[in-house]
Amino acid sequence: MTNTNMARAQLAQGEEAIIEFNDVNKWYGDFHVLKNINFSIKKGERIVVCGPSGSGKSTMTRCINRLEEHQKGTILVDGVEMNDNLKNIEAIRKDVGMVFQHFNLFPHLSILENLTLAPIWVRKMPKKQAEEMAMHYLERVKIANQALKYPGQLSGGQQQRVAIARGLCMQPRIMLFDEPTSALDPEMIKEVLDVMVQLAEEGMTMVCVTHEMGFAKTVADRVVFMDAGEIVEANEPHEFFDNPQHDRTQMFLSQILNH
Amino acid sequence: MAIEFKPSPSLPPPVNSVGAVAWVRQNLLSSPLNVFLTLFSFYILYLLIPPIIEWGIVGATFTGASKADCTGDGACWAFIGVYFKQFMYGLYPSEETWRINLALILLVILLGTYAVKTVNKLYLSLVILVVYPVIAYFLFAGGVFGLEIVETSLWGGLFLTTLLGVVGIVASFPLGVLLALGRQSKMPIAKSVCIVFIETIRAVPLITILFMASVMIPLFLPEGMNFNKLLRVLIGITLFSAAYMAEVIRGGLQAIPKGQYEAADAMGLTYWQSMILVILPQALKLVIPGIVNTFIGLFKDTTLVYIVGMFDLLGRIQAATHDANWLGMTIEGYAFAGFIYWAACFGMSRYSMRIERKLETGHKRN
Repeated sequence: MTNTNMARAQLAQGEEAIIEFNDVNKWYGDFHVLKNINFSIKKGERIVVCGPSGSGKSTMTRCINRLEEHQKGTILVDGVEMNDNLKNIEAIRKDVGMVFQHFNLFPHLSILENLTLAPIWVRKMPKKQAEEMAMHYLERVKIANQALKYPGQLSGGQQQRVAIARGLCMQPRIMLFDEPTSALDPEMIKEVLDVMVQLAEEGMTMVCVTHEMGFAKTVADRVVFMDAGEIVEANEPHEFFDNPQHDRTQMFLSQILNH
Repeated sequence: MAIEFKPSPSLPPPVNSVGAVAWVRQNLLSSPLNVFLTLFSFYILYLLIPPIIEWGIVGATFTGASKADCTGDGACWAFIGVYFKQFMYGLYPSEETWRINLALILLVILLGTYAVKTVNKLYLSLVILVVYPVIAYFLFAGGVFGLEIVETSLWGGLFLTTLLGVVGIVASFPLGVLLALGRQSKMPIAKSVCIVFIETIRAVPLITILFMASVMIPLFLPEGMNFNKLLRVLIGITLFSAAYMAEVIRGGLQAIPKGQYEAADAMGLTYWQSMILVILPQALKLVIPGIVNTFIGLFKDTTLVYIVGMFDLLGRIQAATHDANWLGMTIEGYAFAGFIYWAACFGMSRYSMRIERKLETGHKRN
């Protein structure tokens, strides 16, 4: 049995939820951006979130590590409620890695320093150990020879792989991806997706906002489709793509798959 | 079979686009207007430079003890020579001026130690910022180890100018950073305090603040309680400059993309960690020109202390031009003052450009 299948088998036995949304609502001013989100993600599950722009998919994902605050309902991450308690938030953020659309590497630090910053200052790891670990993850994303360069000297695809390695350096239990390939040239998308597929096969809990439907088909345990701040449909990939229940989903799929 | 794609080889640029001739063509003679401006500029230089050399060097008198020695029709630099000690140290007793020189040498040595690779930079900075000021204060003021006490009212000249400038710069910078962070803060009280402070101080001329510091504050203090006028003036200058500094730094903070704050937050860094490790290094680098602008402004603004009866470099020079034995030396005096201020400010400017180049890490992409 492959890693992926094993994870699916464990899932079927009903493992506990690691992320839980209960009646979550969020407003930007008067704009109701998330409406009654009820959703739970199990440990080791790989979730792909898709939907048109403005549908709230990034916002929902960013609520998981409280880069966005919700105003109603509860979000439990690893059993900890995300509220104004700064201690809780910082504790959860240690366990949740995040990869952004625009990489958000720190331009004043070298690649290696980008990776060791959080382990040294948040995990209080000795510098030498942090650097060894950073090199290990840089090798995994096949970019170890660039360790001493600065982000500005790397291509977009390389920067995004560094960003993934930076997230992994916190040895997180959950990885969030917020449109990781949307800012990349077509030739660079594959190198980033390869790294993400590899990560998925190792059983990492992943929440990934993306329009890469090929990735969703091969990797996701469930695909979530959002529109206008609501979860329209969430299903296993083959069900989702071959037999979408909702006409909104059908329309979206026909738009992005037939071009 | 597919055709193999081979990139064409890169060729060197055409000869007439590199070298000195090309530079002159591109920069001085690129268009008729440019040719005219070049010729006009040379004509202005021809009008200005020879008379300045004639007055300042060829026809000038460099040595002498009194005005009678100045027989040439040029500048009388003997005036500067006679008053040099006063211009440098004010009325500091001349047998004690070695203390000022010693403090200066000590500072130069400490700063030079930064170049030594094996020295821990953090400890060195602590020594310079904490230990050195104490040593320097006791050297200047005396009263310990048998050093004669020198009242601060005797401190003056370039010594006083440098002291005001350096203390003002070193103290106002961290205060400015805190005010800028406070103004950006989400805590309403800290934010309001910072806004009120910055807007109040910026709305008031420095002269008013100096006047308040030296004349008004003693009126409000209870009788018998008083603290040194120099200290009051230093605090006034520092607060004034910190308010400007805060706004410059705030500009830098606003220029940092939101993604940088988010990436730092997402890693679990605390507020202070993300500011010190991620945001401030980038923000401060962006606004180095603005920061140096404020430093230079502060350095020159220290001349305003003459309004409260302190004689810095410019004050000493002005006083000397009023000497009945040396009347008519105003131009020489101001030329000397101008040269010193120019050298100091130009030095700061060049140094800041060097730092900017050193911190350059390739163009930013996000």
